[in-house]
Amino acid sequence: MDSILTINNLTKKFGYLTAVKDLSFTINKGNVYGLLGPNGSGKSTTLGIVLNVVNQTSGNFHWFDGSITTHDALKKVGAIIERPNFYPYMSGSQNLQLVCKIKGVPFNKIDEKLEIVGLLERKDSKFRTYSLGMKQRLAIASALLNDPEILILDEPTNGLDPQGIHQIREIIKEIAANGTTILLASHLLDEVEKVCTHVVVLRKGVKLYSGRVDEMISSHGFFELRSNQQEKLLSFLENNQAFGTIKVQNSLVTAFLNEPLKSEDFNRQLFENGIILTHLVQRKESLEEQFLQLTDKN
Amino acid sequence: MFRLLNLELQKLLLNRTSTILIFISFILPFFVILLSSLKINVFGFFTLELGELGIFNFPIIWHLTTFFASQFKFFFAIVVVSMIGNEYSNKTIKQNLIDGLSKKEFILSKFYTIVFFSLISTLLIGLISLCIGWYYSSYNELGIIIQDTQFLLGYLIKLIGFFSLCLFFGMLVKRSAFALAFLFILFILEWIIFGIISWKVNTDIAEKIQNYFPLKSMYKLIDQPFQRIAMTKFPDKTNLGYDYAVHWYEIGIVLGWTALFIFLSYRLLKKRDL
Repeated sequence: MDSILTINNLTKKFGYLTAVKDLSFTINKGNVYGLLGPNGSGKSTTLGIVLNVVNQTSGNFHWFDGSITTHDALKKVGAIIERPNFYPYMSGSQNLQLVCKIKGVPFNKIDEKLEIVGLLERKDSKFRTYSLGMKQRLAIASALLNDPEILILDEPTNGLDPQGIHQIREIIKEIAANGTTILLASHLLDEVEKVCTHVVVLRKGVKLYSGRVDEMISSHGFFELRSNQQEKLLSFLENNQAFGTIKVQNSLVTAFLNEPLKSEDFNRQLFENGIILTHLVQRKESLEEQFLQLTDKN
Repeated sequence: MFRLLNLELQKLLLNRTSTILIFISFILPFFVILLSSLKINVFGFFTLELGELGIFNFPIIWHLTTFFASQFKFFFAIVVVSMIGNEYSNKTIKQNLIDGLSKKEFILSKFYTIVFFSLISTLLIGLISLCIGWYYSSYNELGIIIQDTQFLLGYLIKLIGFFSLCLFFGMLVKRSAFALAFLFILFILEWIIFGIISWKVNTDIAEKIQNYFPLKSMYKLIDQPFQRIAMTKFPDKTNLGYDYAVHWYEIGIVLGWTALFIFLSYRLLKKRDL
């Protein structure tokens, strides 16, 4: 698999504070990565280093196969950091022209990308007249100008209203569907869960996990059950080796699995034991639950 | 190189304030010199014609116009300082680097712009001086016309050096207003050091040392022309004599400062986390 970004033992210290500590991971082509962590966990610093705006204290990184300089590699990358930074006195399309000149991209891409983010009608308005949502969408258009090999997004929905968040998410999904590699840094887990296949989890600058989303914690998921014969159901679950923790909330029984068990097999077992269910759902922990488990454990 | 210049020109020329300031600093002296060369009738009482005074004669006109025009450099200094200050306050410097501009290219694009505008200014001043001189001068021999054209070179070097200093201060403090304040502080500081040395040692040595300071060395490239004009009027007063020429070592000192300021700006940007 082609690697796009390789980070080795990266460390960044701001005075006495260590923002990133001995971080290593690799980003491969075609996947959608989430960079997760609470505020101040070193996500933006890590992105700053690979994007040539923050100097690392030690360690190294290289883009693609490492044969080109960082600033040349960045011409093949699209990135948005924290908040959109453009020249307020220029119009949207003039700002994009400037980016075209830096990246060496023809101007005819501008209208095409403005179309994607739905800003074509406002392209001649000055940037300072844009709303925050429009600024963020212009930033995405700018990042897409060079048809990047990888799109890096740092908190792209920060400060937006629900509609704005929805629009940005739709755009990201569309881009991901086209096969573009994406690295999405966020502390909003449902955001990452909706689009990412892989995650890197950071806390206080230390990597806790990197790999596939569904392999983040060794868990077989859980069943949510309801039955009119609740006591009989509970005693059955307690005597069954396959189940660990059992929680009861009002009429809803949540039973965590110790080993894999298919819902159809489980349902048959219950029926054979004379227990009729009114509600049966098999679920895996959400990313948020997994993330909290992971960060609490360490 | 043209790509970098093109980038910076777009940033400057689409900004109304910079455009006005660029106009003031380069076009205004052009017009002022042009107007002053015309006959001015003061309310019908008498006619004022500066050309009659002989100040537009070759070769002295080169000295006069370059000295006069260089006083307008402060307006472009504001542009230089604000083109750095704006990049920081809009955080566009960060975005430029993320988009794939290298830190070296960023500094170079600013430097090329400085050189570009200094060249344009020098050409304009050269052209207007030539025209006015041609019209007024009593001497029209080629030898006399091209005599003292080194003032044009001095003017160019002076502008580039001064704007590089502004660029460095802009990079150092990131805020336009503070950078201009620093410029003023440096000016005062140079005179304080001059004062201390002349008090402790003597004025001659102090002046020699001061000629190496950034602002003073730039000023020294083109000395004030008034004494020289007086000399042409009263040739017998030998005590007016002074060394007004543009010397190669004066150019050397300013070029040295220019190189240092550009290098320091680059170092500063390279070391800094944005």
